[in-house]
Amino acid sequence: MSSESATSDTTTISSVLTPQQLIWRRFRKHHLAIWGIVGFALLLIFIIVGSILISDKKANEVDLKARLSPPSQTHWMGTDSTGRDIFARMIHGGQISLIVGFLAVIFSVSLGAVVGGAAAYYGGWVDIILMRFTEAMLSIPSLFLLIVLGKYLGRDVQTIIVFGRSFSGSVGIVIVVIGVTSWMYLARIVRANVLSLKEMDYISASRSLGASDMRIFFRHLIPNTMGAIIVSSTLGLAGAILNEAYVSFLGLGVQPPTASWGNMLTSAQSFIQRGAWWMWVFPSLFIIITILCINLIGDGLRDAFDPRSNRNI
Amino acid sequence: MWSYIARRSIQALFTLLIITVLCFILTRLSADPLAQYATNPNMSAADKEALRERLGLNQPMPVQYFKWLGLAVQGDLGISFFSKQPVLLMISQRLPNTLKLMITAEIITILLSLFLGIIAAVKQYSLIDNVITTFSFIGYSMPIFFIALGAMLIFAVKFKAWGFPYLTTGADIWDQKDPTQYLKHMILPVSCLVIISTAGYARFIRTSILEVLGQDYVRTARAKGLSNRVVLYKHALRNAALPLVTIIGLDIPYLLGGALVTESVYAWPGMGRLFWEYAQRGDFPVVLGVLLIISTAVVVFTIITDVVYTFVDPRIRLT
Repeated sequence: MSSESATSDTTTISSVLTPQQLIWRRFRKHHLAIWGIVGFALLLIFIIVGSILISDKKANEVDLKARLSPPSQTHWMGTDSTGRDIFARMIHGGQISLIVGFLAVIFSVSLGAVVGGAAAYYGGWVDIILMRFTEAMLSIPSLFLLIVLGKYLGRDVQTIIVFGRSFSGSVGIVIVVIGVTSWMYLARIVRANVLSLKEMDYISASRSLGASDMRIFFRHLIPNTMGAIIVSSTLGLAGAILNEAYVSFLGLGVQPPTASWGNMLTSAQSFIQRGAWWMWVFPSLFIIITILCINLIGDGLRDAFDPRSNRNI
Repeated sequence: MWSYIARRSIQALFTLLIITVLCFILTRLSADPLAQYATNPNMSAADKEALRERLGLNQPMPVQYFKWLGLAVQGDLGISFFSKQPVLLMISQRLPNTLKLMITAEIITILLSLFLGIIAAVKQYSLIDNVITTFSFIGYSMPIFFIALGAMLIFAVKFKAWGFPYLTTGADIWDQKDPTQYLKHMILPVSCLVIISTAGYARFIRTSILEVLGQDYVRTARAKGLSNRVVLYKHALRNAALPLVTIIGLDIPYLLGGALVTESVYAWPGMGRLFWEYAQRGDFPVVLGVLLIISTAVVVFTIITDVVYTFVDPRIRLT
C-alpha cells in the first residue's frame, strides 16, 4: 500500500499521513463499505437516468383497464391498484424518498449540533434545560412521536410547485417531522465531544486572542466533532429513509399521487391478500437495498473515523 | 447510592413534566376531538358549542393542561371521545394482549440471538459467522412491514391457495378467549418481531463477546489450560452479558407500547393498535394516556437499569 502511494506521489515524500489520509486508508480497507458505495451509486444512477427517460406524468398516469397486472413486457414491475406503472413510480418514488432522507438528515443534524453544542458550551441552566428536553424527546417512542407530530403538522396540506413539478406539501412536512424526531442522539454526542474539547488549551488560546463565542463554536468546536457528525448523519440517513417509509406506510407521510417507496406499500397492504406480490416486493426491496448500502457505508466510516482502530493500516 | 437515586428521580420528574407538556400540545392541537360530529345532522352548532363547554374544550389551553395533569396524577386519564370509556380501562384491556405478544417475542429473541451471537463470535470469520453477520445486517436494514406483509402473503394467502394448512391474516374475526386460536394468531406477529430484533441483538452480542475474548484475563484463563467451554461460559460470557443487561433493561418499557406496525398489519388487539386507531380519530385522551404510560415506563426503567447495572458490575460506582 505504501509503495503504491510513494511511486504515484513523487513531489512530496512524507511518511506522515494527515488525518484525512488515515481515514481514507482505513475506509478503503473496509470492503463491505466499498460495496455499499457501489450499490448506492447504482441506485442513484437508476433514479437519475430513470427520471430523465421516464417523466413523472408517466408515473402518475392512471390506467384502470390495466390495474393490478403482474410484471410483463409493458409494465416491468406490474401495475398498482389504479393501473399506474410501478417501475415508473419506483423511480420517482425513489427520488422523493432520497430527497426526504437527505433533507431530513440535514435538518436533524443542524438541530442536533446546535442543541448539543449550545448545551455543552454554555453549560449551567442552558445545559440543564436543553438536556432535559432532549431526554424528554428520547423517552417518547419514536414511531409514536412521528405519528403524533405527523398528525399535528399534517392538518392542512397544500400542493407545492418546485421546478415546474407539483409535489404534495406533505413532502415538506415529512422532512420536518423526521428531522424534529431524530436529532436527539446527535445532540448528546456533540455535547459530550464539545464538553471534552472546550477544556483544551487551543480553545483558551483562541479565546485569549479575542475570538468570539460564535467563532470558537463554528471554527473550532464543530469542525473537531465532524467525525462523529459525519458518522451519525450517515447512519441517520438510513434511519430517515426508513422513517419516511414507516410514516408513509401508515398513511401520514408523503401523500399520493406523489409516490414514495413508503406510500407505495400502503396500498400493497390491502391488495396483498389478493396475491399482488409485485406491489410489495419492489418497493420493499429497494428500501432494504438502500438502507443496507447506507448502513454499510456508515459502518465503514465509523471504523475509519475511530482513531483506536489502527489494526488495518 | 440513595442520593444518586433521589437526584435521578428529581431529574426524571422534570423530564416527565416536559413530556406531558409536549404530548399535550401535540395531541390536543393535532385534531378536533369533536370532528366525528362534524357531519352529524342531528347536532346544531349550538349543541356542539354546548358539548364543547361541557367537556371543557373551550377553556384556555394552559387551564386544560393543568386540569388534565391534575387528574392524570391521581390516575384518571379521562374518557375517550369515541368509545366513551375511561382511557385507563381501555388500556388495561389492551395491555395483556400486547404483553403476551411482546414478552414471548422478547424471550425468543434473547435466546436465539445469544445462540447466534455466541456461535458467530466463537467461530469468527468462518462461513457460519459470515452467514449470521450478513443476515443480521440485512435484518437490521429491513422495515418490519416488509416481513409482516411478506409472511402474510406466503403463510396466509399463498398457503391457503395451495391447499396447505395456513395461518390467519388477522382480517378475519376470531375468538380471543379460545387459547388455540389465540396462539395461532400469535405465530406470525411473534415471528416477525423475532426476526427483526434478533438481527440487532445478535450483532451486538457478537461484538461484545469478541471484545471480552480479546482481553488479558481470558488469555490467562486459556494459559492455565482451561477448556474452551469453561473459558467461554464461565469467564467470557458473564462479562459479555453486562452490556446486554442495559440493552434489555432499556427495551422493556418499549414492550408496553407494543409493536405499532406489526399489530396494525395483523390486527392484533394491543396497545400499539389502540394508539394508532385513536390517533387517526384525533381522540386525544386515549393518545395522551398511552403516550404518558409508555414514556413514564421509559423514564423509570432508565433509572432502574442504571441502578441494576451497579449490582451486576461492581466496577461501576454511582456518585
